[in-house]
Amino acid sequence: MSSVVTKSAPSTKVLIRPQRGMVGLNFRELWNFRELIVFLTWRDILVRYKQTLLGGAWAILQPLLQMLLLNLLFGEVAGLPTGGVPRPLFTFAALLPWNLFSNAVSDASRSLVANRNMITKVYFPRIIVPLANVLSGVLDFAVAFLILAGMMIYYKFAPANLLLLPVYVVITLLTALGVGLWLAALNVHYRDVKYIIPFLTQFWMLASPIAYEASSIFERLPEQWQWLYALNPLVGVVEGFRQALLGVPVYSENMLWVSLASASVMLVSGLMYFRSMERTFADVV
Amino acid sequence: MSYAIRVEGLGKQYRLGGSQQAYSTLGERLGAAVTWPVRLLKGELRERAEKVWALRDVTFDVKQGQVLGVVGRNGAGKSTLLKILSRVTDPTTGYAEINGRVGSLLEVGTGFHPELSGRENIFLNGAVLGMQRREIAKKFDEIVEFAGVDKFIDTAVKHYSSGMYLRLAFSVAAHLEPEILVVDEVLAVGDAEFQRKCLGKMSDVAAAGRTVLFVSHNMSAILRLTEECIVMERGQLAFRAPTREAVDYYMSSSFQKNGERSWAADEVPADAAPFAPVALRVKDPSGNVVETAQSRQPLEIEFEYTLAQPIQGLRVGIYLQSMRGEVILTSFDTDDPVAFEKYGTREAGRYVSRATIPADFLNEGQYLLGVNASAFRVRRYFWDERALAFTVDAMGAPGMHWPEPRQGFVRPQLNWTIDRVGAA
Repeated sequence: MSSVVTKSAPSTKVLIRPQRGMVGLNFRELWNFRELIVFLTWRDILVRYKQTLLGGAWAILQPLLQMLLLNLLFGEVAGLPTGGVPRPLFTFAALLPWNLFSNAVSDASRSLVANRNMITKVYFPRIIVPLANVLSGVLDFAVAFLILAGMMIYYKFAPANLLLLPVYVVITLLTALGVGLWLAALNVHYRDVKYIIPFLTQFWMLASPIAYEASSIFERLPEQWQWLYALNPLVGVVEGFRQALLGVPVYSENMLWVSLASASVMLVSGLMYFRSMERTFADVV
Repeated sequence: MSYAIRVEGLGKQYRLGGSQQAYSTLGERLGAAVTWPVRLLKGELRERAEKVWALRDVTFDVKQGQVLGVVGRNGAGKSTLLKILSRVTDPTTGYAEINGRVGSLLEVGTGFHPELSGRENIFLNGAVLGMQRREIAKKFDEIVEFAGVDKFIDTAVKHYSSGMYLRLAFSVAAHLEPEILVVDEVLAVGDAEFQRKCLGKMSDVAAAGRTVLFVSHNMSAILRLTEECIVMERGQLAFRAPTREAVDYYMSSSFQKNGERSWAADEVPADAAPFAPVALRVKDPSGNVVETAQSRQPLEIEFEYTLAQPIQGLRVGIYLQSMRGEVILTSFDTDDPVAFEKYGTREAGRYVSRATIPADFLNEGQYLLGVNASAFRVRRYFWDERALAFTVDAMGAPGMHWPEPRQGFVRPQLNWTIDRVGAA
């Protein structure tokens, strides 16, 4: 049979046995289920703004309102510097990856419990559920990106180094996936996760240089401790976004590498934890 | 390779309640490390989880093209077996070898999203069941026609009636063309017309030479569709034989027949809490527990249970069924609106709900009582379709002077009049 029908090939032979210890990610199987990934992502997008008055307009309104509020607080009231960039651009460029990240994390962490009825009844690689949630956020990101493009034209700002931008987007997604996998798997056993998420995202947002410059934190830390701040992958990502889009120089390239390393640890540990807990989901969720 | 399924020493152990213990994987240890401080504070570290075997040392095989029936009481391990075979959950011991794509009708409507239209849900559900997009597109019209929802195909399924929803869901699953079809009790739902359609579809699948594993409480469907059956008892395979023999074995072995069924604590599923059944009894008018009731006398059905916590909107009821699983009547203790009002919230405590089946109602024969404790559209606490069997003796009933078996489940005294209305 041709490759189109891999899953329904008559030769499929499956051995079901207890699984113990570490299990790697089965990429081949994920590839076989690629259509399900697409369908679930598509479902999450379709459902996102169903039965809302403003529908897809929320994808535009949400980041704009967020930006106005942050600018009011941190600009008009606190008067924090922006490194010479117009404040709306400064904040909005950071909100792009931040919203992609925070929406993905909170959606993904709820995903297994929300799709309980699928998980307890059919087999498929469970990672598809949080993965689809993370991917579905890309559409909102794209919409927000268009708004930013419009703002940059208005302020006559040429992008500095667009080529690196996709790299930062991918890092954001992978970090979100890693954190999302941790929380989703924990949420199956401990519903406390639901209550932790609002705090976590709030705290994480303040710990990321969204409304202020990353350098203002770095400069306050003794040099040997600066890496601590960069452990937050969003520090690297937001700095990267501002550099790629607005030409704001990053504080230190070494710190970008720290962020990247930390993102990798989150992703790999999330995958490991998720994979080894996967077999208990149907029994516990 | 003539076996479609081979199962060897299959077992599944569940941990009941308690926190996680005996961390066997790195993942569990990681999770335990993350939650350790909280559990330390709550003093949960030493708590030992109770373990039960839902399935134990089950060995059998299914030949390619065979239709095998699986029968057994609730909690006998049938669903666990199917869940393992469809890879939803992992076994604890043993292994199963499966040759071919498994499609299971455990998952009718799985992945359906209420906000999406029928059309969107067909594609989504198909993908969840493992169909390719082009495969679904090819069968789309057939699926819609079988379900009979063509007018509403672009309406969100949350506006569907429950019957339409179910028909659409079953239709998608039925058009999946697996080499091995696993069916679990779908026939309990839908109207008679649709049930007939489903059974027809199933025999088509079987006739096409595909392997079917059919789990049902409906003995007439089992007798009609399968040639061989396995009987499950308390997680173990108790008997395997040609269907007629297996059904007889199941009928005679698996019911309590002394007029009383009681539940030991370990027989009550953990998810029934706060509800716990104690006993179900059949009594004669003088209050004795009897196995054989008289058709000419009223008989009392008594269900004793405890509530560990108050339950809102609880209804406790019975199903009276034939031995083949056809339901004769369903009745709840709060069917009366006044009673429902009065017991809006049932406080914690020990209860007995009683119902009287009137005299001159049941025909002679064997009957089966099922029990159900639920809050309508909220939760089903406990359910045992086949809790207790009893016999009805028709001594003195209408028409007994003709020594012949009479058809039908009821044998009321009807008021006949005979009038001579003229000459011949």
